[in-house]
Amino acid sequence: MKQKDTLKRVLDFIRPYSGYVAVILVFALISVTFTLYAPILIGEGVDLILGKGQVLFDGVLKIIVKLGFVVAATAVAQWLMNLATNHVTFCVVRDIRRKAFAHLEEVPVKYIDSNQPGEMMSRIVTDVDQFSDGLLMGFTQLFTGVVTIVGTLGFMLSIHVKITLIVVLITPVSLFVASFIAKRTFSMFKLQSETRGDMTSLVEELVGNQKLVQAFCYEKKAEERFQEVNEKLRVCGIRALFFSSITNPATRFVNGLVYTGVGIFGAFTVLNGGITVGQLSCFLNYANQYTKPFNEISGVVTELQNALACARRIFDFMDTPSVDPDPEDAAELKECDGSLELSHVYFSYLPGTSLLENINLNVKPGQRIAIVGPTGCGKTTLINLLMRFYDIDRGNIKVSGYEAGHVKRDSLRQQFGMVLQDTWLRSGTIAENIAYGRPDASREEILEAAKAAHAHSFIKRMKNGYDTVITEDGGNLSQGQKQLLCIARVMLLKPPMLILDEATSSIDTRTEIKIQQAFEKLMEGRTSFIVAHRLSTIKSADVILVMKDGNIIEQGNHKELLKENGFYAKLYESQFAVS
Amino acid sequence: MRELIRYLKDYKKESIMGPLFKMLEACFELIVPLVMAAIIDTGIRNHDRPYIWRMGLLLVSFGVLGLICSLTAQYFAAKAAMGFGTALRRDLFAHINNMSYTELDILGTPTLVTRMTSDINQAQAGVNLVLRLFLRSPFIVVGAVLMAFTISVKMTVIFLIAVPVISLIIYFIVKSTIPIYKSAQAALDRVSLLTRENHIGARVVRAFSKQQEEISRFEETTGALTRIQLHAGRISALLNPATYVVVNLAIMAILWSGGYVVDSGEITQGELIALINYMSQILLALIALANLIITFTKATASAIRINEVFHTQPSMCGGEKTGSEGDGEVPAVEFRGVSFSYANAKENALEEISFSAAQGETIGIIGGTGSGKSTLVHLIPRLYDTSEGEVLFRGRSIQEYQLEYIRSRIGLVPQKAVLFQGTLRDNMKWGKEDASDSEIREALDIAQARDFVEAKEEGLDLKIQQGGSNLSGGQRQRLTIARALVGKPDILILDDSASALDFATDAALRKAIKEKTRGMTVFIVSQRASSIKYADKILVLDDGRMAGMGTHRELMENCRVYEEICTSQLSGEEVQRG
Repeated sequence: MKQKDTLKRVLDFIRPYSGYVAVILVFALISVTFTLYAPILIGEGVDLILGKGQVLFDGVLKIIVKLGFVVAATAVAQWLMNLATNHVTFCVVRDIRRKAFAHLEEVPVKYIDSNQPGEMMSRIVTDVDQFSDGLLMGFTQLFTGVVTIVGTLGFMLSIHVKITLIVVLITPVSLFVASFIAKRTFSMFKLQSETRGDMTSLVEELVGNQKLVQAFCYEKKAEERFQEVNEKLRVCGIRALFFSSITNPATRFVNGLVYTGVGIFGAFTVLNGGITVGQLSCFLNYANQYTKPFNEISGVVTELQNALACARRIFDFMDTPSVDPDPEDAAELKECDGSLELSHVYFSYLPGTSLLENINLNVKPGQRIAIVGPTGCGKTTLINLLMRFYDIDRGNIKVSGYEAGHVKRDSLRQQFGMVLQDTWLRSGTIAENIAYGRPDASREEILEAAKAAHAHSFIKRMKNGYDTVITEDGGNLSQGQKQLLCIARVMLLKPPMLILDEATSSIDTRTEIKIQQAFEKLMEGRTSFIVAHRLSTIKSADVILVMKDGNIIEQGNHKELLKENGFYAKLYESQFAVS
Repeated sequence: MRELIRYLKDYKKESIMGPLFKMLEACFELIVPLVMAAIIDTGIRNHDRPYIWRMGLLLVSFGVLGLICSLTAQYFAAKAAMGFGTALRRDLFAHINNMSYTELDILGTPTLVTRMTSDINQAQAGVNLVLRLFLRSPFIVVGAVLMAFTISVKMTVIFLIAVPVISLIIYFIVKSTIPIYKSAQAALDRVSLLTRENHIGARVVRAFSKQQEEISRFEETTGALTRIQLHAGRISALLNPATYVVVNLAIMAILWSGGYVVDSGEITQGELIALINYMSQILLALIALANLIITFTKATASAIRINEVFHTQPSMCGGEKTGSEGDGEVPAVEFRGVSFSYANAKENALEEISFSAAQGETIGIIGGTGSGKSTLVHLIPRLYDTSEGEVLFRGRSIQEYQLEYIRSRIGLVPQKAVLFQGTLRDNMKWGKEDASDSEIREALDIAQARDFVEAKEEGLDLKIQQGGSNLSGGQRQRLTIARALVGKPDILILDDSASALDFATDAALRKAIKEKTRGMTVFIVSQRASSIKYADKILVLDDGRMAGMGTHRELMENCRVYEEICTSQLSGEEVQRG
């Protein structure tokens, strides 16, 4: 995307607030003009106060009254401009965030799988913030800056052309100096931020795993490694900090030169009768005001570029394709008997590398299908396809006689209850989480589901019971408790089909027994797909799908598969390797 | 912040010289209006052209001197601030390294990372700003008032009224916006939370078809954030107009009363202009101060968080013994009536645990969540101190040994398989600093990791990315086991460390450990009955208590908890075969 296109899209977001933008522009113009007019009035006032016995009090009073109005108008205009700017800034930021978030809910699961949550957060939170700081603040500063420069120039020219020329000629020097320094410091900043990045990742690793560091007595080595980076950061940090802080004094020095130049030539002009002393004081005032926006603008330009870069990253995300919408004639899957059929299904994550090939499977209502295989064999692939998180390449999947590709996604997904190994709970109360699928469920129903999932007893013991707030990602619950809540969440819905992951790795045995009992209850009369770890589950399954390297290599029940003496038989035997 | 000032002590010269030079620069700046007044009053009035040139030259040289002073000040400030940050970082890092698990539990490692990084950066930026500007702004304000005083005592009254009024305005606006900004930050945190949550939970949200609800929840949150921001904006939007009005009121007052004092000949026209200039200088200085206060508040909040870490003192100190005394006769590990409770916990996590493990034995530990399995094995390398009772290593209390010694004799494989950035070899050397490649290969072999490592082109030079993200969970787990084996420890602890391995690899691993590490005492914590059923001794924990101890066969007969676990996991036939 080109910068111009980015800008155009930014403007699209601002357009709804064009009324406010007009307010900003008008009041910026008013406030800048009046701000510039005030020194002229002050200068006129000074001219009426020449010296001992040479003061025209009437005139001074008139000017003061005039000044009063000008100042009041400036203040009001400034205030209204600030309010309007805030309004536009914060609302545009809100709109962009909402749009980006809505898109997050629409992107294919594939996109989510291939991106880190941290990246998404930096898009929606940090980038949007930087964008608002940079673009909208920058925009107003740029505008008022330009108006100030033009206005000052106009006012100065109206007083005296030659002195104005001096100001115009010396001022760019400060711009020149600023950009000269900025160029020199860029590489230092880069080095500093790289070193800082190195340090942050070292700290994240070592402090983040502090317990391991201690268990291995790695402290001394860790301190050595840290101190090395720390010292490096100190050296390049001093440079970056120092050279970047030169900009201010240097431009101030140039401003001083402008001031002096105006002072000297102004004084001579006064001597030649070109201007009055009051006008000279007005010029001196302008000399300060004129150079300031120049200093600001050089900063604003980089800010604007940065803001546009941030905006581009946000738009890039918004431009990632959403899932294909359901076809218009897609049916609503209402009555589901729990039968399922896969015929000649082909699928791969990457075009060219085949994964599932020609899969056929016929599931009758109420059957249990166990999926087994070594780690990383692609058991989740099947779940991804059944839930239509990913779409198959060829073949077809029929659910309850309907072709899965031709029913509405949401209605298809509602037929499945899913309990995965990654137990996800959202921030909110326990009751809200259990009722996630049916927010209108009554407290009784929630309690009933929790009891059926064997979750009631631990919930009851929590400080606020069902109203206990779960912190981010269920931080205050154990893995087993989280899983029980996920089961309760499905229990409340009673869907006709289930997808379960018997994750045993981080759950203790006693809780596991409870989970197993809960699963049993849940599976009664329902078609179930189970990523199985327990032999008892595997043995009692109607169909066992044996997966290896992403593909289903064997299919049948326990006895049949043992007889086949293939991969499954080997897997089963390996249980008894040590005896 | 005050407590952290000590980190400037190596930079005393810089911390004093910095502000000093800055004030010197301010002095030059304060003189400028007076020189200008002289140009007007003397030069113009007397038509003294050479005088005007001289004064102009004086202004330029003041500018140069000011620039030099300012640069010197910036340099000293940068040096002192960076030195401050570096020393603070070094000490905080060392302090964190000295903490025991107890303190780490209380503070939590994620917050330690933020305190190490962004909090120290904030504090450092604060120090830099303070050294550069904190004295300058008040100095300019006071200086400008003093200068006004030298021009006209009567007129100074206007300054003495205007300065406090502007200060009060700034004070109230800053004071009332800071808490609003804090709540804006909290709302922004919630925006991040929702984003993160919806990214991680995308499957569940879609499975329940809750996209629309999640979107409206997000809209609510952003709406709330916008309201807070607008509220803060309404207040801070007053700052510029209000100060502008006050300053200009003061200038009007100067003009009006200036008319009288000039009329009576007390001051000149040029001096009147100088007074007006001083007023503008004060405004600029005070506004700079307002921004400074906001940055400084942030730095103070960071300093408080850093100090919290420093105030947490390590609770453990090591003994002196290194060598072992007894030989095979003495148990490798013995627990005598050990009870343990975590800091802040009401109940004991372990209650009256006693057992002994002979050299070369394999000990299995099984039990429910919160039953204390991990806690028990963490006590062996003295990662925590017991509340009651004693843990003995080779017949001697572990408190008598040096921490380094005891920990180097015990290889721990934690639940979470964490590897570090660097090569695979670097990671293996965590267990033994000077391990040779053949020692490493041997460890990899036992840990069932040799095959996949050798299949990689780079072999031991394989670069491991942060968090080991370029390896699968099972591969990581095997490498962490190898890492613990490299140092040939006397005791190996597998804290549920085979969960990501499939049954076949798990079994092969156990077999290799049994055959190739003679004399090593192995503790296996597991959820799978099949992983521990062949152990020489099985400890069954239930709610922190020892529910049973013995072999699989013994426990099947006399331990109900164990029997329950086994029947839930293994088929009847398998239970019998053990």
